[in-house]
Amino acid sequence: MTESNERRVVSVIVVNEASVLSRITDLFSGRGYNITSLTVAPIPDSKYSRLTIVTSGSVRVIEQITKQLHKLIPILRVYEHADLVEKEMALVKFPISDNITDINTLCEAYNGKIVNVGENVIIAMVADEPKRIENFLKIITRYNPKEIVRSGAVALER
Amino acid sequence: MQISGSQMVIEALIAEDVTTVFGYPGGAIMNVYDEIYKQNDFKHILTRHEQAAIHAAEGYSRASGKVGVAMITSGPGFTNAVTGLADAYMDSIPLVVISGQVPMSLIGTDAFQEIDAVGISRSCTKHNYLVTDAKDLARILKEAFHIAATGRPGPVHIDIPKDVTAQIAEFDYSLKLSLETYKPHIKGNPRQIKKAIEAIAKAKRPLFYLGGGIINANASDEVRDFVHRTGIPAVETFMARGTLSHDDSLLISMLGMHGSYAANMAMSETDLVIGLGARFDDRVTGKISEFAKNADVIHVDIDPASISKLINADYPIVGDVKNVVNDMLKLSSDIDSAKYKPWRETISNFDNLHPLTYHEDTDRLKPQWVIERVGELLGDDANISTDVGQHQMWTAQFYPFSRPRQFMSSGGLGTMGYGFPAAIGVKAASPEKISINFTGDGSILMNCQELMTAVEQKLPVINIILNNNFLGMVRQWQTLFYDKRHSETDLSVQPDFVKLSEAFGGIGYRVKTKEEFDAALKDAIDKNIVAFIEVIVERMENVMPMVPAGGSLFNMMLLQKKEK
Ligand SMILES: Cc1cc2nc3c(=O)[nH]c(=O)nc-3n(C[C@H](O)[C@H](O)[C@H](O)COP(=O)(O)OP(=O)(O)OC[C@H]3O[C@@H](n4cnc5c(N)ncnc54)[C@H](O)[C@@H]3O)c2cc1C
Ligand SMILES: Cc1ncc(C[n+]2csc(CCOP(=O)(O)OP(=O)(O)O)c2C)c(N)n1
Ligand SMILES: [Mg+2]
Repeated sequence: MTESNERRVVSVIVVNEASVLSRITDLFSGRGYNITSLTVAPIPDSKYSRLTIVTSGSVRVIEQITKQLHKLIPILRVYEHADLVEKEMALVKFPISDNITDINTLCEAYNGKIVNVGENVIIAMVADEPKRIENFLKIITRYNPKEIVRSGAVALER
Repeated sequence: MQISGSQMVIEALIAEDVTTVFGYPGGAIMNVYDEIYKQNDFKHILTRHEQAAIHAAEGYSRASGKVGVAMITSGPGFTNAVTGLADAYMDSIPLVVISGQVPMSLIGTDAFQEIDAVGISRSCTKHNYLVTDAKDLARILKEAFHIAATGRPGPVHIDIPKDVTAQIAEFDYSLKLSLETYKPHIKGNPRQIKKAIEAIAKAKRPLFYLGGGIINANASDEVRDFVHRTGIPAVETFMARGTLSHDDSLLISMLGMHGSYAANMAMSETDLVIGLGARFDDRVTGKISEFAKNADVIHVDIDPASISKLINADYPIVGDVKNVVNDMLKLSSDIDSAKYKPWRETISNFDNLHPLTYHEDTDRLKPQWVIERVGELLGDDANISTDVGQHQMWTAQFYPFSRPRQFMSSGGLGTMGYGFPAAIGVKAASPEKISINFTGDGSILMNCQELMTAVEQKLPVINIILNNNFLGMVRQWQTLFYDKRHSETDLSVQPDFVKLSEAFGGIGYRVKTKEEFDAALKDAIDKNIVAFIEVIVERMENVMPMVPAGGSLFNMMLLQKKEK
């Protein structure tokens, strides 16, 4: 399988039950598939949860991933997204310095703001497309971020 | 009704029409065994190892078409059973395996005989459950039998903590299952089926590629009908042996690594592969890029993940092969059998060029002769199990199978030690047939303790040990690909197989000639107790043809021709 590796977002609707997450992660590790990020949360007023998995692989591998996921008994639906809206959140902790306004302006450009100001640190939040988040994180290195947390992507088909 | 978790297990087995359970008791499953003691509805067969209990359930299932059931305790009982679960998973054998677990309050404390059983079985079962409340048991048991037997069949594991087996709760097995997330696709898409039929009618050199899914689906009658109606030749996978009868003029043989020359050449020359319930295993395809290079592919399979996994399907059809073939039969009037006459002739020329055969050119008996001889003497009257190795491949090549479910062997996992316990399960399922296990001097020692089970249960399995004093299949690779460095495969040191069988109360024979073999087989059948027939065979015989791993199907190593 020498075809090129493509980034793909797969959404999975699963029954909320014990060990369903390990069924999914075991499948990925057992069959040698990649997980770049994975997010889960219950779907309101239902017995289901929604997972968003960012993965990569050749066309054939991605097809196998969706089919193998679908084979798992507690999985209701698997969507392999083609045309989607995708967002990710990041929280960044900065030391307090003269640059607060710069940081704030920058965050605004990435749908974010400063969400917490402490004695020695501030925490900023941004929410944007994963690619733009990458970009943001590159830019802010100059402000010496102390800690960065990314949420992993969530996605909806257009 | 209000009953205990253990009683629920019994009630469910009765409701599922289970007549035989294989198993081995221990602390965590004792409550259930206490209920087994009290009932008379099904028989429990105590094997002498948990692995054997699972293989016996597999053999039972394969021979009967029913779901096989096995029961084991927690910890080592469960871990001993894992090989069996993996074996059933690889070969799509429907099983329900119930294990005991430490009480809920002790789970996670490294309790005595605690192991994360569902964590281990997850990757080698179709589905599994850890039961945390007895009120869920009716549903879980019912789901387990349903999931095991439907869609692509497979083993389902249920782990029940000891306190749950004692807990009293409401039990109603008439509940309706609502498995919203599990709906196997069994009806093929009519448009795709029509397109496939058109492709068949257009093809010049079509070829049926028959797989084990046909046996799972009990679709041999339909497939035989379809093959005969169309006049299209067929190859079988190892797992499909017996789908067509050995004497069917349209059956070429098995294909693959040890397939016949004609079968592998037909696959290499065909312009349309008609794959029915087969999964393009690497033992079958050889080098993928060279496999059926000039052909379009029709692929009928109930598991969408099997389709286009390795070989791209031009006509993918997801559905139960029985339904799909029935639908195809209705449309098959456009297919003209006469058109494929030249193709059939080409194939019979292949077969005449390099027929599947062997040479009787040594003092010692040839293992292939033994298998052919059993075929001549017993044919359809025997069910045939095997262990794993050269003897297994020779059995697939040379036994004259005449019906589905006649042949049980570990194909996907290749588990040495499978054959004897499986043959015990087979005998329990069909006592009217003779149950033969072709085995090797290596494999038989991996579950020989089952002599005790066979003696106790009066299940007269006949084990034919083709003794080459080698781990023969590995030795063959060493001879061919490792410059004859026979590393750790020489089994010159051996037990006395005759005494071994006798020590358990079975019967034993050691034979070196054709006459001795015939006499031993006849005597073993007459005596009707479990037997070891040790046949001293040629040590250095190789399984041929052979496609070296990763090679192309048409590049076979062939049997050397003899000067006349
Ligand atoms: C030493 C050794 C050598 C071997 N050499 C060979 C060899 O030369 N040739 C060979 O063929 N094999 C060989 N094997 C066996 C091989 O490893 C595989 O087990 C075998 O090829 C698989 O057979 P199959 O494709 O029929 O699939 P199976 O494992 O029988 O799978 C069945 C397929 O049918 C599908 N299916 C199940 N139920 C249904 C249904 N109701 N409707 C439709 N589809 C269904 C399943 O989804 C699956 O895709 C060898 C094994 C060993 C141990
Ligand atoms: C449990 C297990 N261990 C190892 C192997 C690897 N293996 C495959 S065939 C074989 C040799 C089997 O020897 P024997 O039973 O004597 O059969 P023969 O090939 O000689 O007919 C071995 C070791 C296996 N398939 N299963
Ligand atoms: Mg041997």
